[in-house]
Amino acid sequence: MITVQNLCKSFDQVNILEKINAKFERGKTNLIIGQSGSGKTVLLKCLLGLHIPNSGKIFFNDVSLTDLKSKERRLLRQEMGIVFQGSALFDSMNVEENIIFPLKMFTSKTDDEMLERVNEVIKRVNLVDSNQKMPSELSGGMQKRVAIARAIVMNPKFLFCDEPNSGLDPKTAIIIDNLIQEITKEYGITTVINTHDMNSVMEIGENIIFLKDGLKEWEGTKEEIFNSKNTNFDEFVYSSEILKKAKEFMKK
Amino acid sequence: MKTIEKIGSYFLMLQKVFGKFTKWSVLRPLIFKDIEVLILGSIGIVAFISFFVGGVVAIQTALNMSNPLIPKNLIGYATRQSVIMEFAPTFMSIIMAGKVGSYITSSIGTMRVTEQIDALEVMGINTYNYLIFPKIIALLLYPFIITFSMFLGVLGGYIASVYGEFCSSALFIEGIQIDFIPFHIQYAFIKTIIFSFLLATIPAYHGYYLKGGALQVGKASTTSFVWTSVVIIFVNYIITQILLV
Repeated sequence: MITVQNLCKSFDQVNILEKINAKFERGKTNLIIGQSGSGKTVLLKCLLGLHIPNSGKIFFNDVSLTDLKSKERRLLRQEMGIVFQGSALFDSMNVEENIIFPLKMFTSKTDDEMLERVNEVIKRVNLVDSNQKMPSELSGGMQKRVAIARAIVMNPKFLFCDEPNSGLDPKTAIIIDNLIQEITKEYGITTVINTHDMNSVMEIGENIIFLKDGLKEWEGTKEEIFNSKNTNFDEFVYSSEILKKAKEFMKK
Repeated sequence: MKTIEKIGSYFLMLQKVFGKFTKWSVLRPLIFKDIEVLILGSIGIVAFISFFVGGVVAIQTALNMSNPLIPKNLIGYATRQSVIMEFAPTFMSIIMAGKVGSYITSSIGTMRVTEQIDALEVMGINTYNYLIFPKIIALLLYPFIITFSMFLGVLGGYIASVYGEFCSSALFIEGIQIDFIPFHIQYAFIKTIIFSFLLATIPAYHGYYLKGGALQVGKASTTSFVWTSVVIIFVNYIITQILLV
């Protein structure tokens, strides 16, 4: 579980996050949603330790990220997997090399053991027969699968996804969302997903927090969305015509 | 003020490059790959430029010797001195700042804009060491390129002089042996080793700290070339002042 307590972050005296409190539970798909510029990515980067908060605490289970020394933080990061918005695959490596990379860096497994594990995760993300392909030869959806495979190859306790289905067609986006949710349940990972895609929210939103201008405005599950009383959240959600109609339909 | 900040962050970057080391089994293939791209991949252009510039130096020296009292072996002497002391170590380094430097900036910069560096950092890798150290090691072989450049520069001068009938083969060879000071070779290689370090680290700095998108990668490559050249010229002056005066 990840706990965020009174997290504040500013850049050049502009407040980006203000007193954020949140709990991201294990085995659940936790979503951070909000408009562009609402502070989602900054919050995610604070969780990853890529940004140092101005104040507040972040706990990974009982370990306070903000109090860790750089060496301890590096060790904690080995328990994290991340899927970046643009996949962030290493251009110079093929699929297999991309996925095997964390194993080579941090384990003392033999080549055969590493290959076995790589093939296991490749099979898990349905990418069989793509081992030798370069990232440039893959479609957007396949690149995301490779990124997911690389993120889970070390059996992480925490999985972070920054807009995992951006740039994907709706069908592929749902496949990727479901894959992340399945993996979260299967491995008991604490997953945090950053998104502004309402389809994802309705599909996999088990615990959702909504940010607006750096403030947490709303928290709940996908089932609670239609009962929200928060005008900013409603404005965000019902900017989608389909959801507006769905709400009207439910009222009737 | 900003320039001082940048110089400071450059030295901090250097400190981090030699911080936590990446596993040797991961680093080794990176070093070999960088040797292939940065050193072996530069041999062709270095050979071409050195040979013809050596020839031009010889021809221009010959054409400017209108006084019959000046011995013809001066062509060989001038070619040797120009090529060994300045052209090969300094001007070849500026050319390499364009070729090798741009490659380093754009490859690291692209990794920055496509979040590959963030991905490495999240994995707990010392990205400074992983990305920059192999380039520094690969460029330790840079003096071999400069040796090659020196040889081809003098050879170009020889061929231009002899086949252009500016002087005889014997006179040119005599010229390249006259007043030879072995320390000049040491001076050239001291410069080369320092330049090789600058060639690896200044472009890496511009790539690593790049902000923005694809357009900025191109801009950073140009800026890195300018700064690498400026620093090489300045350091060249300082080293010359210290070692030769």
